[in-house]
Amino acid sequence: MIREEQKMQDITPDSLIRSVQAMKDGGKRLVQIGCARIGDIFEINYSFDKDYNFENLKLTIPSGLEVPSVSGIYTCAFVYENEIHDLYGIEITGIAIDFKGTFIRTSIKYPFGVVSSKEEDACQNKL
Amino acid sequence: MGLFSMTKMVFRSVSRKPATLMYPVRPAKSAAAFRGRILIEPLKCIACRKCEKSCPTQAITVDVKVRTWQIDRLRCIICNCCVEDCPTNCLSTENIYTNPMTVREGIEIYTVPPKPERKKETVDNSKTEE
Amino acid sequence: MSKQVVIPFGPQHPVLPEPLHLDLVLEDEKVVDAIPTIGYVHRGLEKLVEKREYPQYVYIAERICGICSFIHGMTYCQGIEGIMNLEIPKRADYLRTIWSEYSRMHSHLLWLGLFADAMGFESLFMNAWRLREHILDDLEATTGGRVIQGSCKVGGVRRDISSEKLDEMASGLDSMQGELHDLVNVFLRDSSVRHRLKGTGILSKDDAYLQGAVGPTIRASGHSYDTRKIGYAAYGDLSFEPVVASAGDSYARCEVRAKEMFTSIDIVKQAVKKIPDGPIDMKVTGAPDGEYFARSEQPRGEVIHYIKGNGTKFLARHRVRTPTLANITPLVTILKGCELADVPIIVLSIDPCIGCAER
Ligand code: SF4
Ligand code: SF4
Repeated sequence: MIREEQKMQDITPDSLIRSVQAMKDGGKRLVQIGCARIGDIFEINYSFDKDYNFENLKLTIPSGLEVPSVSGIYTCAFVYENEIHDLYGIEITGIAIDFKGTFIRTSIKYPFGVVSSKEEDACQNKL
Repeated sequence: MGLFSMTKMVFRSVSRKPATLMYPVRPAKSAAAFRGRILIEPLKCIACRKCEKSCPTQAITVDVKVRTWQIDRLRCIICNCCVEDCPTNCLSTENIYTNPMTVREGIEIYTVPPKPERKKETVDNSKTEE
Repeated sequence: MSKQVVIPFGPQHPVLPEPLHLDLVLEDEKVVDAIPTIGYVHRGLEKLVEKREYPQYVYIAERICGICSFIHGMTYCQGIEGIMNLEIPKRADYLRTIWSEYSRMHSHLLWLGLFADAMGFESLFMNAWRLREHILDDLEATTGGRVIQGSCKVGGVRRDISSEKLDEMASGLDSMQGELHDLVNVFLRDSSVRHRLKGTGILSKDDAYLQGAVGPTIRASGHSYDTRKIGYAAYGDLSFEPVVASAGDSYARCEVRAKEMFTSIDIVKQAVKKIPDGPIDMKVTGAPDGEYFARSEQPRGEVIHYIKGNGTKFLARHRVRTPTLANITPLVTILKGCELADVPIIVLSIDPCIGCAER
């Protein structure tokens, strides 16, 4: 079995657009944008691929910070950016098609952005 | 080709038995390895709670004090984890589904034998009790 | 310019098995713009990772999708194994490969059936699903589950297949191949099908790449991109070529999927020949600490499982990018400029699986 190398590169909000543009100029395909909450900090991963070479840009931001959209560079980013906004409540400015929080409708607002509530009652007791 | 590409398939289907079964009248086919539902032999259970811990859906509740083993059939996803983890092999999987139900039920409670007294002669007594 | 009207399409639509909503902006019969909306079936499965221990989460990962369930479970396990640096036994890798290919065949047959149904070709639909039954029976006999297999775990697989059964599976596929040929023949040669599909929904080569299309959608536009070529599981030891078509229309996407089933049969047969003996799992202790992007090729395309562990039994984050999510943007592009009557066909031609797109 062959395991892929994980190339990670840290970036800052200022250099985000520049780094993503560099990826596009290098002929790379946007694979995904995903977010993770680590305590109060959000990590946004921008993944790219060219000829099976996987590369990743990692943006680390505190909560409350706005992030510029990369959908001007890769149109397909709008799906992921709307998703991050709807699940984490991170403001992303200038998305190509901005659904303004209606892309994924959830009963709890920004469910992934809040600390998970521990279940009070074991769930097997609920019917 | 064009227009008649389907002909061969049609003729084959004509000469063949139907691919479907008249289900409730004739039983559904199922392979021997098929996971249908979990069975327990309550007599062998020692209420160690291993199955409860390994169950990803929390379908099993073991009460050590009252000595009951309870499964919620509708929660259970028949993943077989509990069967693999049970130290006394009292759980097994059968290749028949639980019967469908029209209201929310399916919680089955089994009484397991009381804990064998470690100290002296009471070991035999506990076995006779169900 | 003629007057524009907006027609809502979905989430309930006779041809759509999935809740996808599109606002179609029409000029006469022509679609000039399409705005997708998902979000009807968000289940929050990724959040559950905080409440279930990582070995138990495999069963949740499998339930992300009801069709490519095995591959989801496998990719998740590969992610955990990647973080913990586990080298699982070779036989487990081969078994995973075999089951993955069975999943692919079952998914493609399902899709071919649904596609025929969308074209209004009912009897073809039933014939496709009859063949799918053989595949499901084999999956049931080897894993114990028809659609949700539950046979993958962190550190290997949970069930072994005996060598007699493996041979029987290979010969079963051989005898199925003839019927599969006849079925595929109808899809690729029948004049009514060709008439319906040729030239509808063309996705150009550049668009496919830059908009991040994956799977059969990108391969039908002339790219030979297939994640299996990375060589995860046992794919590195087996020889196969990605199926590529160049036209980029619905017919090409249908062709790629139809031909891919023969590649899958070939891969299974190679794997059955080469499978080594040995253990099928290994003991896993400890908890993952670190992050990993696991990629694999699903019937619908490349799937990404991002896993971040924090050294406890509960993972910090599990994020899945399913192929359909990546294929939504290309879908919107190809819908622009098509006829209203072609919309159902085009939407189905990317094989949408909205349930897994939203998790
Ligand atoms: S069924 Fe088995 S695992 Fe569960 S409590 Fe009884 S002995 Fe323990
Ligand atoms: S089969 Fe799985 S889900 Fe069902 S009770 Fe056992 S561990 Fe729980």
